[in-house]
Amino acid sequence: MTDAFIQKVSDPKAILNASAPGPDSSEGMSYLDSLPRRLVTLYLPLGIILVVLLFPFYWMALTSIKPDEQLLDFEKYSPFWTWNPTFKHIAKLLFDTDYPRWLWNTMLVATCATAISIGASVLAAYAIVRLRYRGAQWVGGAIFLAYLVPPSILFIPLSTVVFQYGLFDTPFALILTYPTILIPFSTWLLMGYFKTIPFELEECALIDGASRWQILVKIVLPLAIPGLISAFIFCFTLCWNEFIYALTFISSTQYKTVPVAIVTALVDGDIYRWGSLMAGAMIGSLPLVVLYAFFVEHYVSAMTGAVKE
Amino acid sequence: MTDVVLKSRLDKRPIQEPTAWDRLMVNRNWLGLWFMVPAAIFLILFLAYPLGLGVWLSFTDAKIGRSGEFIGLENYEWLMDDSTFITSVFNTILYTTVASAIKFAVGLYLALLLNERLPFKAVLRAVVLIPFIVPTVLSAIAFWWIYDPQFSIISWSLKKMGWISTNIDFLGDVWNARWSVIFANIWRGVPFVAITLLAGLQTVSPSLYEAATIDGATPWQRFRFITYPLLTPIIAVVMTFSVLFTFTDFQLIWVMTRGGPVNATHLMATLSYQRAILAGSLGEGAAISTAMIPFLLGAILVSWFGLQRRKWQQGESND
Repeated sequence: MTDAFIQKVSDPKAILNASAPGPDSSEGMSYLDSLPRRLVTLYLPLGIILVVLLFPFYWMALTSIKPDEQLLDFEKYSPFWTWNPTFKHIAKLLFDTDYPRWLWNTMLVATCATAISIGASVLAAYAIVRLRYRGAQWVGGAIFLAYLVPPSILFIPLSTVVFQYGLFDTPFALILTYPTILIPFSTWLLMGYFKTIPFELEECALIDGASRWQILVKIVLPLAIPGLISAFIFCFTLCWNEFIYALTFISSTQYKTVPVAIVTALVDGDIYRWGSLMAGAMIGSLPLVVLYAFFVEHYVSAMTGAVKE
Repeated sequence: MTDVVLKSRLDKRPIQEPTAWDRLMVNRNWLGLWFMVPAAIFLILFLAYPLGLGVWLSFTDAKIGRSGEFIGLENYEWLMDDSTFITSVFNTILYTTVASAIKFAVGLYLALLLNERLPFKAVLRAVVLIPFIVPTVLSAIAFWWIYDPQFSIISWSLKKMGWISTNIDFLGDVWNARWSVIFANIWRGVPFVAITLLAGLQTVSPSLYEAATIDGATPWQRFRFITYPLLTPIIAVVMTFSVLFTFTDFQLIWVMTRGGPVNATHLMATLSYQRAILAGSLGEGAAISTAMIPFLLGAILVSWFGLQRRKWQQGESND
């Protein structure tokens, strides 16, 4: 089963672009359907699903630029559009709250945790796939199991552990605990990539006197760059998305990450809060969407390569 | 470059017997150990140890700031009589079953649609995945606003169309709240299921469909006897993960309802957070999260072994 995924991982473009891959390149039978039939059976349901999937984002973006008086009065102004957009909510968010600080925290935590995890995973995956030390298969299996342990059953004991280690309420609490989510995932993904690199290349290097470390750095890593990018993008997204650890381990406002800060610090009693709340949600998701837009293929290959929600 | 280095080294000294140190440096087991160290440190300190500690805590009466004494199964006995806990188990099971089933159905349908010939195919697929990219908390806040009791855009639209006369209280009514959070979960999960199944669909050769059509198969038969069997292995993996992460969901519920109204939407994860962190009873919270483990194992086993039988159809050995 994993091998089937690995084949797909090694060819991420196929997932996004190919219309009819496989041994034969026939066109399929879609030309047999008439246009009206396709309209009803294909475009209509697809359109409905797309509208439902995208509407919350449209609503989020629209709310964040609507002036206050239009925000709550649906009768006088059409709720689905605004002719006089305002940046008041966004400005309020950026200059009157700690939002830039939270954004910075999130970025810092996500980058550090991702870098640590990828470093550790590269070594682990290489050792499991290529050094094949005694018991490597069992370790591989254990890592896959670690990957199935959800954060929501770990956060209670972890909070006591974090407290014991004296990390409570510091960014290190998150930087050091996020790798537990990321390492199993990225090790699993990178194991798939390393398996696709021909073993002969390493044998040549060994005969030429290269050490294992030199082989890893000079031969395997350059060849596994697509895999590293996939792992990086996916890990970064997971960090940005993480909520329960950040909610539990961080209590002072200055160290909070965007998701936690929006839920705990930004929700006040103001009835016009919706504008800045939505602006916060929109700006908080923008970096990920931009990153995703540039690396769609890598992202999809990471997702299908090591399935995780 | 390596050649040059080697040559100069050979010039300087005669060929030596490898020392014990040299042998150690090429020993697989020894090197493997060192390569595993960084990952092992993290996984043992922050994953394996807390996992064991969580089970231990569930047998103690630990509170925040006070390490507890061993009290045996008392936490669990107490939970058995706790109606809130029973409700949360019911909610978790309802939430997981309904959401996973619908996610699977809609996700598979969307994957089939996206597998057709379409203009702007790549763009469409990229756009579909956006709900999965955006942090759950942030889209949950958008849903919170969409479900607002007074200014819900859904209530407003339905009123304009004349289908209802008063606003729907999405998150204030027990069953409404349950269906609303389930909907939000489905909304977030469908893209993931669809895109992963799409990857599987693309490995199915179109000539199979052509052959079946010539033999007189209806569209339903083509789906039932070609697409579905060939897709089973991927469905098994996707649904295992989907069930796993729906079952342990925390973010959506916590942002939208915090378990309310009157504990009607508490999942086991949110209840354990409330008991352990907000109320301070670590032992009891740990008991709730430990109680999730058997359910999780059950869900994994069912979806794994129930659906994995047809491995050989993918051309793999039937082990």
